[in-house]
Amino acid sequence: MIIKSMGFNSIVLALFALVTSLILATTNELTFERIEQSEREAAQRALLEIIPLERHDNDMLMDVQPVPEQFWATLGLKKGGNIHIARDQGQPVAAIIPAVTPKGYSGDISMIIGINFNGSIAGVRVVEHRETPGLGDKVDLKKSDWILSFNGKSLVNPQASGWKVKKEGGDYDQFTGATITPRAVINQVLKTLQYFEDDRERLLQLAAANAARKNEQAAL
Amino acid sequence: MSSEVISDGPSISEVTKNGLWTNNPALVQLLGLCPLLAVTGSVVNALGLGLATMAVLIGSNTIVSLIRNHVSDAVRLPAFVIIIAAFVTCAELLMKAYTYELYQILGIFIPLIVTNCAILGRAEAFASKHHVGYAALDGLMMGMGFLLVLVALGAIRELFGQGTLFASMNLLFGPVANSWMLQPFGENYSFLIAVLPPGAFLVTGLLIAGKNYIDAVLKRRADAQRDRPIKGAKRIRTTGHIS
Repeated sequence: MIIKSMGFNSIVLALFALVTSLILATTNELTFERIEQSEREAAQRALLEIIPLERHDNDMLMDVQPVPEQFWATLGLKKGGNIHIARDQGQPVAAIIPAVTPKGYSGDISMIIGINFNGSIAGVRVVEHRETPGLGDKVDLKKSDWILSFNGKSLVNPQASGWKVKKEGGDYDQFTGATITPRAVINQVLKTLQYFEDDRERLLQLAAANAARKNEQAAL
Repeated sequence: MSSEVISDGPSISEVTKNGLWTNNPALVQLLGLCPLLAVTGSVVNALGLGLATMAVLIGSNTIVSLIRNHVSDAVRLPAFVIIIAAFVTCAELLMKAYTYELYQILGIFIPLIVTNCAILGRAEAFASKHHVGYAALDGLMMGMGFLLVLVALGAIRELFGQGTLFASMNLLFGPVANSWMLQPFGENYSFLIAVLPPGAFLVTGLLIAGKNYIDAVLKRRADAQRDRPIKGAKRIRTTGHIS
């Protein structure tokens, strides 16, 4: 008796599982392309905010170089990441580098940092964070334009001592009630600039090689 | 079929009133408080999660009611959970496809709709005992009741916390909504506690208190009205003669 009911019930449940998986598979199939497109658009929007269309003519999403493993720690990356190269008529214009600082007030702050090949910053955006709403979340461009104060800065502008919040004698504003968040972001941007200084030649060569290969392909 | 509808349970207005007011999932049953408190920092977040929850609730109530006579008690709950989880996953995929940025903001709270007790609660307490039409209506009204509280909370917290109303509604409605944002207190207004979690608790508490106050007033008025005909019985008669 109990065996029989167990058998029947498991068949009912199995049927349920089967039907719902079918429904889920169909929904997944139907939304798959649309989701991929949305993800792509979101990624592209972020890149385009840093290097607008006027400054480049390639598809930055496709023009990528992996971050070499010895630099993962400097950039705070745990699983590596891709550097997007912007170029205009084949000439490399800027690199957009992913970086994460673990020193936020509540966990990691991930950013993308665009650096022109002359060493100045094209733009910084915070991609993901869990900072306190109303205090630390001012690093997000949606809440405040503080993050724009990095534009045009470089390793020599300001000098190393200036890469701090004003309270500590640096050049950058802190937020009322939140020093930890901007300090973390400033430090990571500085580290990323230093990384770029170390790796620029290699990136330039790779970018040039890539461009040559593309030309060959176009010629063929 | 039609006779079953009539013999089956409460009236439509009763189900409606239950969901929206008397037995409101957020203010009376106090179910689903976790997303309620977590995502109501702004109207757009609240509306997004509220709509997703409502869609799941309608869907799960309907299906649960349709299968209520075919599933034995022993496997009833696992079957309900499978149904709810399937609907939530569908909702998640759809939000990811069509409102990607909102999906990113709401994050973990979309899959967590599965654990919203209001949904399993309605499946078990109502949908599994009533005809499909009532079950769907109950899903709609309970979902609507939850949605309205979410939006009210989101509006209050956004208005007093950040000084804006309907900010970023374009995440849900597209570019049409770009100009919907209101800033009644000027640009630099902000009141931190309303944005932080304690603010969510405080505002929820105030909403519940407000609802109870209104209920108390209504009850007092109803009591007063019930007493009146006896006192004023004579007067009613005299006016009756005039016409």
